[in-house]
Amino acid sequence: MNSENESISFDVLIVGAGPAGLSAAIRLKQQAKKLQMNLSVCVLEKASEVGGHIISGAIIESRVLSELFPDWENLGAPLYTKVAQEFFLFLTQASYFKLPIPTQFSNNGNYIISLGKLCRWLALQAESLGVEIFPGFPAAKLLYSSDGSVKGVVTADMGLDKKNNQTDHYQQGIEIYAKQVIFAEGCRGSLSKQIINKYKLDNQSEDQVYGLGLKELWEVQESNFEEGEIFHTVGWPLPADVYGGSFLYQLENNIISIGLVVGLDYKNTWLSPYDLFQQFKSHPYIQKIIKGGKRISYGARTLSEGGFQSLPKLTFPGGMLIGDSAGFLNVPKLKGTHMAMQSGVVAADALIQHFKGNVNLANKEVIGYGKQIKENWMWDELYRARNIKPAFSLGLKTGLLYSAFDSYVLRGMGVWTLKHKHVYLQRKGKTKKSISPEYDGIITFERLSSVYLSNIHHIEDQPCHLQLKDATKAISINYKQYASPEERYCPAGVYKIVKQPNAEVRLQIDAQNCLHCKACDIKDPSQNINWVVPEGGSGPNYAMM
Amino acid sequence: MKILIPIKKVLDPAVHVRVKSDESGVDITNEKMSINPFDEIAIEAALQLKESDATSELIAVTCGADDAVSVLYSAMAMGVDRSIHISTDMELQPLAIAKLLARVCITENPSLVICGKQAIDDDASQVPQMLAGLTGWSQAMFVTEIENKSENELLVTTEIDGGLENLKITLPAVISTDLRLNTPRYITLMNIMKAKKKQLDVISSDSLSVDVEPRLQTLKVVPAPDEREGEIVNNVDELIIKLKERTRMI
Ligand SMILES: Cc1cc2nc3c(=O)[nH]c(=O)nc-3n(C[C@H](O)[C@H](O)[C@H](O)COP(=O)(O)OP(=O)(O)OC[C@H]3O[C@@H](n4cnc5c(N)ncnc54)[C@H](O)[C@@H]3O)c2cc1C
Ligand code: SF4
Repeated sequence: MNSENESISFDVLIVGAGPAGLSAAIRLKQQAKKLQMNLSVCVLEKASEVGGHIISGAIIESRVLSELFPDWENLGAPLYTKVAQEFFLFLTQASYFKLPIPTQFSNNGNYIISLGKLCRWLALQAESLGVEIFPGFPAAKLLYSSDGSVKGVVTADMGLDKKNNQTDHYQQGIEIYAKQVIFAEGCRGSLSKQIINKYKLDNQSEDQVYGLGLKELWEVQESNFEEGEIFHTVGWPLPADVYGGSFLYQLENNIISIGLVVGLDYKNTWLSPYDLFQQFKSHPYIQKIIKGGKRISYGARTLSEGGFQSLPKLTFPGGMLIGDSAGFLNVPKLKGTHMAMQSGVVAADALIQHFKGNVNLANKEVIGYGKQIKENWMWDELYRARNIKPAFSLGLKTGLLYSAFDSYVLRGMGVWTLKHKHVYLQRKGKTKKSISPEYDGIITFERLSSVYLSNIHHIEDQPCHLQLKDATKAISINYKQYASPEERYCPAGVYKIVKQPNAEVRLQIDAQNCLHCKACDIKDPSQNINWVVPEGGSGPNYAMM
Repeated sequence: MKILIPIKKVLDPAVHVRVKSDESGVDITNEKMSINPFDEIAIEAALQLKESDATSELIAVTCGADDAVSVLYSAMAMGVDRSIHISTDMELQPLAIAKLLARVCITENPSLVICGKQAIDDDASQVPQMLAGLTGWSQAMFVTEIENKSENELLVTTEIDGGLENLKITLPAVISTDLRLNTPRYITLMNIMKAKKKQLDVISSDSLSVDVEPRLQTLKVVPAPDEREGEIVNNVDELIIKLKERTRMI
């Protein structure tokens, strides 16, 4: 057995080929070229191709794209549909009311896109600038130098069996070293999580809070299709004490994107975001649009909803956090892409300055990045949006009233900052059990037929990437005290309680259905589930999510 | 030994096929594309032959539009030495591909051509046989085992109806690989980097003066009927009642 990993070095290593990581890579190469600097940049991506794990709404503000590529239109960037009409609705079970849209939330001039497609395009641009992108190679472990700084990462081993034994096809992960490692893993990054803990980056900030977004693409009948029309809703079917809302965006070629985002700080253990999403589609207003259409894709992903108050420190010796790994997301706008990209750009600029000024690189922390973000427009944008989500912890109506006041009157400049209250799941006895849903197979579907549309590839004979720190807690705590909430919040039905006659109740984990949404890593009541990267190329293959 | 491995870019096997709403074909826009899995087995077979004879040269070849080169880079990352891209924007049907490959066989003069037994997109399983016919070389199809006997002979086991057949074939030959032949190796990061530096020749299909005009016309493509959902019954009696009610089979 070869116990020494192979190794390779780059100037900069970026973990994650999402909008944040790719923008950073592109900016680094563009700036290096201008300054005639030699700079090697490597990007690792766990999906088998760039975009395969990307899921978003997505409406984007194109300002950062224009900064990177002023002529993106001529270069063929996949932004085709401009927002033409916009509504904001309050839903009741059978009806709806239109609400006014605050000007700073208006989507006038924004584009409706597939973020996966945009990432593929960005990857092509990055490669033509000389960035080395490796899809199918997850960063699995962190490497530290003796001085405590981050030195690099190790990619995931391939070809281990369920019991961690090497098969004939075993390939040991390789060590990748870099002068700076940029973590761009998106929400709840598996390595970013360790980094934040190790360097106590969240010491000064409030707890991060999260939402789970579920999304489907539908090909609808031509007569129901209105290119460029978008709307967001609040209200039904979410209970009044659950933060969240839906979106419906009409792209091109009769394709619509429809989704529901549910705040993961809900208390009721019986709540099932997946079923709420299915139920949502049966609302008369939504049915009218999708009836007679065909569902073509399904996926889910968490997003960071803490905003301004929850931002961690962004730098540490040897690296930095960008994009949703750091929590850059404008929650009331449901937009993170422009911030992910902008944070990548600011980080890249700071890093170039750092490399220029530090020939021997004795100082391994790029503090300039943290400073420059505060001078950037995105800091101001996050600041203005900071009080909306916490206000909703007082209930939907108060939240709506507050946000109207905050947005129209104060324009986000109130002198106070509302806190996020950390909410825990309540035990099963305290909350009301909901009725099991029924699926009609036309508009609403059960989990497994949804997962089928995510095109998952996952070799079953590999170590389970959903690790229980203490296996007994799955029954003693999760099952006995909380009625196994993972059966409901997992959007892919990975966790199942199995009861067989004459056998003890046990938790079955169907890891091969995992969508890499990270909800279990967040929502487990005793934080007992640790999500780690599986073998490279595992997980969904989203085409245009 | 010089080995030629024809490969094809197809919809990735993990992707569930969706028929276009106008029934003109399968929708592959934005979907993940990969090397045809049987061709990966062919590449692995060639790599294993090279392991026993280091003087071998492995050449991957694909015919198709410009984006088809991605599979050649994957093949080179697996360990193939160099590649040829026969570029065309025409729709290529099996006979046209076999004719183009036959031209490459003349210029490259390989001792062995290893093909996947079929491409998982159209499942035609015609190119290897047609290529053997056009070149007049020996052929062995659906090979489950290969043994390199000598300079100009190969022992192979092939799958036939009801059993296995052991064949001795003289080279040059065309063989096609069965699923059971081997499990392809993983591509490593180091080898991806090396692959970028390997030789890739592009030949325009027009320059080969081959008639590649399509001869088959697709009338329409329809999705397979939805399978009815399964149902769990509690005991055999219940099963019999349901079968009687629903199917009238008994
Ligand atoms: C349902 C939903 C709707 C949304 N709608 C909108 C919208 O309309 N507009 C908008 O602007 N924003 C929207 N957002 C938010 C937006 O999608 C995110 O803010 C944005 O994608 C964050 O970009 P990122 O690059 O930081 O992370 P991500 O997009 O999550 O990308 C991270 C990448 O890193 C890879 N990765 C992670 N860990 C590793 C590892 N260890 N090794 C290798 N690779 C790794 C992942 O596979 C992924 O490709 C939405 C989000 C969701 C979930
Ligand atoms: S197992 Fe965890 S990460 Fe995977 S889909 Fe379920 S909740 Fe999401």
